[in-house]
Amino acid sequence: MTRPFLEIRNLSVALKGTRLRLLRSVNLSLDAGQVHGLVGESGAGKSMIGKAILGILPLSVAVVEGQILLDGSDLLALPPVERRRRIGGLTALIPQDPLTALNPSRRIGPQITDRLVDILGWARTRAEARSLELLEEVQIPDGARVMRNYPHELSGGMRQRILIASAFAAEPKLIVADEPTTALDVTVQKQILRLIRDMQARHGTALLFVTHDLGVVSKICQSLSVLYAGKVIEDGPMRDFFAAPKHPYSASLLAATPKYTDPEGSLLPVPEAVIAAVRADVAADDKGWTHG
Amino acid sequence: MDKGTADGRAQLRRRLGLKLWLSGGWLGALVLAAVLAPWISPQDPLAQDLLSGRTPPFWADGSLRGFPLGTDSLGRDVLSRMIFGSRIALTVALVAGSITCLIGATLGLIAGFYRGWPDRLISRLVDIWMAFPPVLFAILLIAVLGTGLSSVILAIVVIDWTRFARVVRAEAMAQGAMDYVASAQVAGRGRWGTMLAEILPNVLPTIVALLTLEMGIAVIVEAILSFVNLSISTDDPSWGGMIAEGRTSVHQAWWVLVFPLIALFLTVLSFGQLGEGLKDRFDPVLR
Repeated sequence: MTRPFLEIRNLSVALKGTRLRLLRSVNLSLDAGQVHGLVGESGAGKSMIGKAILGILPLSVAVVEGQILLDGSDLLALPPVERRRRIGGLTALIPQDPLTALNPSRRIGPQITDRLVDILGWARTRAEARSLELLEEVQIPDGARVMRNYPHELSGGMRQRILIASAFAAEPKLIVADEPTTALDVTVQKQILRLIRDMQARHGTALLFVTHDLGVVSKICQSLSVLYAGKVIEDGPMRDFFAAPKHPYSASLLAATPKYTDPEGSLLPVPEAVIAAVRADVAADDKGWTHG
Repeated sequence: MDKGTADGRAQLRRRLGLKLWLSGGWLGALVLAAVLAPWISPQDPLAQDLLSGRTPPFWADGSLRGFPLGTDSLGRDVLSRMIFGSRIALTVALVAGSITCLIGATLGLIAGFYRGWPDRLISRLVDIWMAFPPVLFAILLIAVLGTGLSSVILAIVVIDWTRFARVVRAEAMAQGAMDYVASAQVAGRGRWGTMLAEILPNVLPTIVALLTLEMGIAVIVEAILSFVNLSISTDDPSWGGMIAEGRTSVHQAWWVLVFPLIALFLTVLSFGQLGEGLKDRFDPVLR
């Protein structure tokens, strides 16, 4: 069996100075070119996993145990400069909010080309040609003009396309998409989702897709992890999950998804008993942590 | 873009333009006056003539030719003293303002972006600093350093860097939380590089506005220190010194007090307005 491209082993992240864990011994693996979904409620830690991989955890939290193996080398064991170079060369981020994800005081062009020039050492003209190519690929007409624009001159959908183009620009092997459609309105969401899927397929990039929307997951992912309170409570291939979720919590999460055909039976709350059960699971897992 | 917002923007730009022109015009004139002072002053600012003391400005009876804004109690020409006083005012404004800005903004930027212990250190320092009454602090400093232009400048820097540190820290913190900063770091930019290339340009409009405001404040502080006789020697004409002298004879010779006061007022106002105007001009959303 080949080694997965990204492998997270037993990763725990805690609030600094406390033993309160925000990620609880997370395991995850992702093969090259595959799409893996991270789903869970707000605050379940799904974005936190992405941030841990990319080395952009908030300053108030820190990794307390575990390994993040990216293409075989443990990121957490590398010296900071080396780690940054590896992350910069192999990964990219499609952020959640396109409105704050582009620097408002810089033109679009250099924001895309910077990483090509700085990390890959490309000549600026080559980086610019490549950016134009990518803007065309994400269906932005008149890319040359857009590259001279400032972010505020473009719509949210346009900016998200630019961010997607920018993420794929350096041909990373792994992209973390942190709820890339949440801040967009519904009609644009669908286009952007399709765009990400097409780009991913064409470039063969592995994608870690963070979302709370199971509908989105079903369209784009091959496998998924369900998180609750920072713990992976179920993971596996997409098809198995939708056919028969193993954990009662994931089952009720699935049942809570809105359905056009059955509006009465949608948006069901997760039953109290199920929540109690999943919390008990988490608490059992925490033994030796909170009192250790 | 529809026509309505285009019009609104043009209107806004015109109004900004007027503000910038008026304040820039006054400050430009002041710079010219300061540079050309020896050539455009009608009289020697230090020459005393006790026989022609307290002559009124040119439009009143008893005014003297060549003394357009009158003379003070020692017979020194008010206009000439004001022109030479602009040198001190501008020196203090530019030098004290820039140094204050440089120190305060740098510390604020580091505290706001790096957080952690640099932030704790700098923020506590600011808190402690701000607990001192500023004027008392300045007087104390000058008492220790001795009077003189450089002491005045140092006093202003020492007192006012906290203003920059506070505001810039808050702004840097807000910018640091934005996704574009995370993207830059994923793309391999180091902390220091991110701070200079990503955060600084977005904090710059605020820094510029604060800087011009600070220049106005520096002029006022210099005037206050002159007023309590702690600035430079009273021989050197400074606006604050003139105001202090004019105060004692305000009933006999109001012009000695009023003209430097007007100059001071216009200068401080112009610095403030210039800052506002520049801030809007720097703002990429309004550009």
